[in-house]
Amino acid sequence: MSNIVFDAVTRVFRRDGKDFPTLDGISLEVRDREFVAIVGPSGCGKTTCLRMAAGLEFPTSGRVSVGGKEVTEPGPDRAVVFQQFALFPWKTVWDNIDFGLRNKGVLEAERRRRVGDIITLMGLEGYESAFPHQLSGGMQQRVAIARAYVLDPDVLLMDEPFGALDAQTRTVMQEELVRLARKNPRTVLFITHAVEEAVYLSDRVVVMSRRPGTIREVIDVASVRQSENWDRLERIEEVMDQDSFVHLRTRIWKLLREQQAPNDH
Amino acid sequence: MATLTTRTTTSGLIALGLAGAVAFLALWTLLALSGVVQKQFLPTPLGVLQRFVELTQSPFVGHTLQQHLLSSLGRFGMGFGLAAVIGVSLGLAMGWFRWLDEIVTPFFDAVRFIAPIAWVPFAALWFGTGIGGPTLIIFAGAFPPALINAYRGAKFVDVRLLEAARMLGTPGWKIVTHVLLPASVPSIVAGLRISAGLGWQSLVGAELIVASSGIGYLMVKGQASISTATVMAGMVAIGLVGVLIDVILRRVEAGIHRRRGRGE
Ligand SMILES: Nc1ncnc2c1ncn2[C@@H]1O[C@H](COP(=O)(O)OP(=O)(O)OP(=O)(O)O)[C@@H](O)[C@H]1O
Ligand SMILES: [Mg+2]
Repeated sequence: MSNIVFDAVTRVFRRDGKDFPTLDGISLEVRDREFVAIVGPSGCGKTTCLRMAAGLEFPTSGRVSVGGKEVTEPGPDRAVVFQQFALFPWKTVWDNIDFGLRNKGVLEAERRRRVGDIITLMGLEGYESAFPHQLSGGMQQRVAIARAYVLDPDVLLMDEPFGALDAQTRTVMQEELVRLARKNPRTVLFITHAVEEAVYLSDRVVVMSRRPGTIREVIDVASVRQSENWDRLERIEEVMDQDSFVHLRTRIWKLLREQQAPNDH
Repeated sequence: MATLTTRTTTSGLIALGLAGAVAFLALWTLLALSGVVQKQFLPTPLGVLQRFVELTQSPFVGHTLQQHLLSSLGRFGMGFGLAAVIGVSLGLAMGWFRWLDEIVTPFFDAVRFIAPIAWVPFAALWFGTGIGGPTLIIFAGAFPPALINAYRGAKFVDVRLLEAARMLGTPGWKIVTHVLLPASVPSIVAGLRISAGLGWQSLVGAELIVASSGIGYLMVKGQASISTATVMAGMVAIGLVGVLIDVILRRVEAGIHRRRGRGE
């Protein structure tokens, strides 16, 4: 069982001798194999939440646990796609993707198969031996996503993974992620600024308030998806055309609007 | 237009440099010929050049200048090579493993202020006239910059890359070899250039007492036979080889920056 539990989590950052409360009493469970998206104003602490689940950041008070165990450090059960992709500039595309598998001690033949498959899936064929700086921003992000997917982790933590992609690639990646998520469900915590993306991909959408971040509302998308049978629709634009989709999107949109600071237009 | 300006400035600088060198040599010649300083103690530049050529052709204290240089370069290679390997690996490891940093830093901070030449008596006691003595002294000169620059390189590696490596399940030692090392290459190479320079500078000190061949030995023997020209020819050889080493390492450095393609 690989759920993610935030239990009354607060986080206070200190800067220039002053306290900056950043997260205030976050309690949330991402259930095993559930896809949860977090939306919220910039600076509300979304990345901080994700880093806590990753084991790169720790709560000031409260507890974060994954699979029932308190998170104390990064672990092989979790993979992260960072907001900034953080590829190794001295490694080729292939070696960047292969690196995590090597660390796990996966055998050569299997590594080659899995890296090859994911490169095809991400549309990176022909760029296996390119270095990151020779790729466009969108392609670099696809490598970063491939690097996390290839590990097939129980828990996938994604911080605005499609933010740097162009509209077309973004759509392809979103559809692909939905296909993967339905076929081979994983526990996913997904951060985004795009409300439509959140509704399209996730089972639940968490709307956060502005700093100090609290959970404003949690919206159940999965039940609507099931009752309206969105998954019969092949394409993202067809789903987005559904009244039920539009309704959810508008509701989240309004919630987010309320969180906008008065001077934030 | 811009290139033209640059070119003019560059040739202007070269001209200035040449003028400086000519003035220096002229002054030196005047001083030597004037008889203010005894000829024995100050040969003319031409005299030094003559002696230099002579030394390359006929052996002095057993070897020609080239042979002395070769034996010096061998010692330098030993000392510098050891300093580079140990300094870089230790520096990188200290950059990642906090406990190692805590253990080594106080000790290192104390030891690095002992000048290479101050190691001479100790080296003589320990190694006599073997290869160990000079190696230790050159090592003492070359080691600190190798370590410090590798350490600093490791400390300034992009945190995001380290976090990515940790999330990918990289064990500590592999973070050192697969992340800190490649990310610190520019800093390491810059450090090794300083190392090589200091190591080569320590060479003569190393050969003063504990050697029976080498450029330092040649100079000591030149001093004993009151041949200032020999001593100065040795100095010229040291300077030339030092420049050569630096030029080679600069090339390596430029090559690495080019290969990385980031135009750093
Ligand atoms: N290490 C840190 N030290 C001090 N302050 C920090 C640190 N990390 C984050 N913060 C602060 O915490 C707040 C939340 O940051 P976080 O990155 O979690 O926001 P976010 O919701 O992901 O924003 P965005 O949508 O812009 O990515 C910000 O105000 C940020 O300045
Ligand atoms: Mg963020």
